[in-house]
Amino acid sequence: MKVDKVIDVKGLACPMPIVRVKKAMDAVASGEVVEILVTDKGALADFPAWANAGGHIILDQTEDAGVFKFFIKKA
Amino acid sequence: MLDGVESLLPQLPADKEIVVVCAKEGSSILVAEMLSEANTALSVSYLEGGMKAWSSYVEPIKVADLSGDGELYQFVRLGKGCLSYMVISDGEAAVIDAVRFTEVFTSFAAQKNVKIKHVFDTHLHADHISGGRAIAQSTGATYYLPPKDAEEVVFDYTPLEDGLTVQIGASKLEVGALYSPGHTIGSTSFIVDGTFLLTGDILFIDSIGRPDLAGLAEDWVGDLRETLYRRYRELTEELIVLPAHFMIMDELNEDGTAAKRLGDLLAENHGLNIKDEEQFRQLVTEHLPPQPHAYKQIRQVNMGKMTPDSDEQTEMEIGPNRCAVR
Repeated sequence: MKVDKVIDVKGLACPMPIVRVKKAMDAVASGEVVEILVTDKGALADFPAWANAGGHIILDQTEDAGVFKFFIKKA
Repeated sequence: MLDGVESLLPQLPADKEIVVVCAKEGSSILVAEMLSEANTALSVSYLEGGMKAWSSYVEPIKVADLSGDGELYQFVRLGKGCLSYMVISDGEAAVIDAVRFTEVFTSFAAQKNVKIKHVFDTHLHADHISGGRAIAQSTGATYYLPPKDAEEVVFDYTPLEDGLTVQIGASKLEVGALYSPGHTIGSTSFIVDGTFLLTGDILFIDSIGRPDLAGLAEDWVGDLRETLYRRYRELTEELIVLPAHFMIMDELNEDGTAAKRLGDLLAENHGLNIKDEEQFRQLVTEHLPPQPHAYKQIRQVNMGKMTPDSDEQTEMEIGPNRCAVR
């Protein structure tokens, strides 16, 4: 998968992951893909809800040793 | 609110205090700051610790003095609607339906200079994690569970049978068990000092228990009917009902307790006034509210089959208790 930008918000607690991700998404172009690394479990519910509300598409989501990865395509 | 609070501003009253609440505090700080900056005339604060902290807050309130020098306390968990009890007499105590914040009960007992001797659960809870077993372990008290609810538990307990009576302290203040199935097949009520009826999750102030949380609504509806419409009606109407939950603030008295005379409930509680048995069956088996969050897991924890850590327990207990039908 071609990733246009990586956002590392590991170790940050709610609401900072979503705040940072929103800022980063504002800065990329429509159709570009952002990879997010996050450890806050709240992201599992927050990211899909937020992406859905903005029309962004979650292309993939994985977990490795407590680090969640989201690949989100900007609407 | 990630995009700012401008759209909210017209809806916020300038003459009232505003408290911003979120799950764990973080977002509420951010939003409270945004609101304060957007309109300095607003009086804005946030709930420290968020709903997570609010849900764990427990307030002990004295219900009454009992015979001898006895006392009865109701422990109100406001954020979750759980009610626990402590009966105190002559240096001894019994605890009923304790929530998982065991330190609240053990430190209260220490402060009152009483030793917890008996710990009861009126039934196997499905909406919250019981603190009963842990309190019994740390104090050496006897832990009682209704055997019909405890068939799958993986720890030792003392059977809570119909008619079992324990005496608290030298004045022998009586706590007696009354089998009252319906919410679960083992659900048991208590009569304390001949004056108070602890109904567990069978009868609440403005609602009645639901029979479906162990998956057997159809089987237990008859038991629920029998308990509410026969067993409780054979008791004196002067008993004061003390339930294990409240759902709405209207159920609380001015002093913060949830307590009401049985005779008043028999006259006023909708669930106690459905003459037609078929209509009653429909009310408690159909159109039920959603089941409590993670209720199956919570039952597993209360059976000793799962041992989640503190964060996982908090997660399981998120949301309202939903043990009632109105």
